[in-house]
Amino acid sequence: MNVFSVVRKRWGSVSPEDNNAKKPDIPTDLLFKCPRCGTVSFSEEFNANGKVCVNCNYHSRLTARERLDITIDKGSLVEFDKGMLSKNPINFPGYEEKQQKLRDRTGLEDAVVTGKCRIRNREVVIIVMDSHFLMASMGSVVGEKITRAFEYATANRLPVIAFTASGGARMQEGIVSLMQMAKTSGAVARHNEAGLLYITVMTDPTTGGVTASFASLGDIIIAEPKVLIGFAGRRVIEGTIKQKLPDEFQSAEFMLENGFVDMIVDRKKMRRTLAHLLALHDSDGGGSV
Amino acid sequence: MNVTASDMLDIIRKKGRPTVNDYIPLIFDDFFELHGDRLYGDDGAIKGGIGYFKGTPVTVIAQVKGRNLEENKASNFGMPHPEGYRKALRLARQAEKFKRPVICLIDTAGAFCGVEAEQRGQGEAIARDIMEFMTLRTPIISIILGEGGSGGALALGVCDELAMLENAIYSVISPRGFASLLWKDASREREAADIMKITASDLKKLGVCDCVIKEPGEGAHTDKEAAAAFIKEYIGAALKRKLKKGLDELLEERYNKFRVIGEFTEADKG
Repeated sequence: MNVFSVVRKRWGSVSPEDNNAKKPDIPTDLLFKCPRCGTVSFSEEFNANGKVCVNCNYHSRLTARERLDITIDKGSLVEFDKGMLSKNPINFPGYEEKQQKLRDRTGLEDAVVTGKCRIRNREVVIIVMDSHFLMASMGSVVGEKITRAFEYATANRLPVIAFTASGGARMQEGIVSLMQMAKTSGAVARHNEAGLLYITVMTDPTTGGVTASFASLGDIIIAEPKVLIGFAGRRVIEGTIKQKLPDEFQSAEFMLENGFVDMIVDRKKMRRTLAHLLALHDSDGGGSV
Repeated sequence: MNVTASDMLDIIRKKGRPTVNDYIPLIFDDFFELHGDRLYGDDGAIKGGIGYFKGTPVTVIAQVKGRNLEENKASNFGMPHPEGYRKALRLARQAEKFKRPVICLIDTAGAFCGVEAEQRGQGEAIARDIMEFMTLRTPIISIILGEGGSGGALALGVCDELAMLENAIYSVISPRGFASLLWKDASREREAADIMKITASDLKKLGVCDCVIKEPGEGAHTDKEAAAAFIKEYIGAALKRKLKKGLDELLEERYNKFRVIGEFTEADKG
């Protein structure tokens, strides 16, 4: 391990490989280096700015708890399916231990939190993925919880808001993880056919099998500024075309320009925006109460 | 005969392994190819069209691996762009309108990874196919002929029955990609293939594959007519099973086919 990789890890690199490696145990980071523009700021300043880069407005990753805190009405969360844990469907060596270590470190059981809550007093089913757990890759638990959340929303005629973040399908679960793309999309299809509203909020990073399934299927797709959104990995594409890609490739702005995102919304306006969009759908599947 | 997953990699990569260009004329009659997604262009990696299967009109959607360099240039080595997936969806909707069953033939290393594919929404195109195929009101039979690579294969793999040729593989990522991602060493491809559970018999155990279609001799390349006959026999039987069901029952079963896949434990709910 060289000094650069240590620095990258401390400063929250976008590389999923780094995330799989062992991280140095440092309780507090004093500095934040923006992966988009490279600006270094004091963590205090960065945190006070809602974990948004003070220079370029890159919206950095939040934990599911942080996201819920700034999005939903205080104390309104009724969490679904607590205590659901993944098995090891293809007996991948070391998978159980890896999960356990991450559970201990993050306090999460897997990479998604789902539940019912209120946003400015409107009832909604919420899905929040957390990239701090195996880069929020989608395996059995993520797939099942998301599917159940949509099924609950369909049965109870509620809108769904999904904050997506993922490195894609969870390789350690093999083909079973690929099937979660079909399972979740099937549940979205039924919610859609019931005439109910589904809003996706794409956060950093939304990629791979999650982009190629439920994340891209919202009636309205919002993205946070400067986040990474795409299907294939940047390095895979660079390997194919044998040249470096521009920085803005696969950003939220790139997706807006190409017609795959409806709007880019700053974090500090997100709750308000979601509430307005829910209100606009009050008479037709917007979950008015 | 004990053929491992890595042996199968060799078999499906054999130069003479039949592709959809071999199979379509051997399985269907009066096949007319239909081109284009009506949005952007026509993708040579996915061949679509209509024809008869033993006298019944069907829609065929097939991923094209070339048999030679020229065919591969036209079909981008079987790696579709978004317009391929959108053409597939257009033809699937057309099949629904005219009450034709859909036969999907899967053979791809994966959806193409490139700048233009991203610009035109590769992720969205695949997602849309997956969602729309889930509620398409006509029977869908999918068959993996060689390689079923990731989301690019799954886009044509949401179906009422999924069959695989005996030596075909179906995986979340190519064995090479798996080795490179999890072990940082692409050269451990064969080892990856052997632990990933990607063979037809493994996938049958996992509930992903419904039926394994046998291959002649040492593999389909040894006798493509015989291989086509086995596929034809399977399609006939699968259509018979699915066509006698009501559409609501069919869609409920299709949803549940995928709904039940996942392995987890739950806390006691008291």
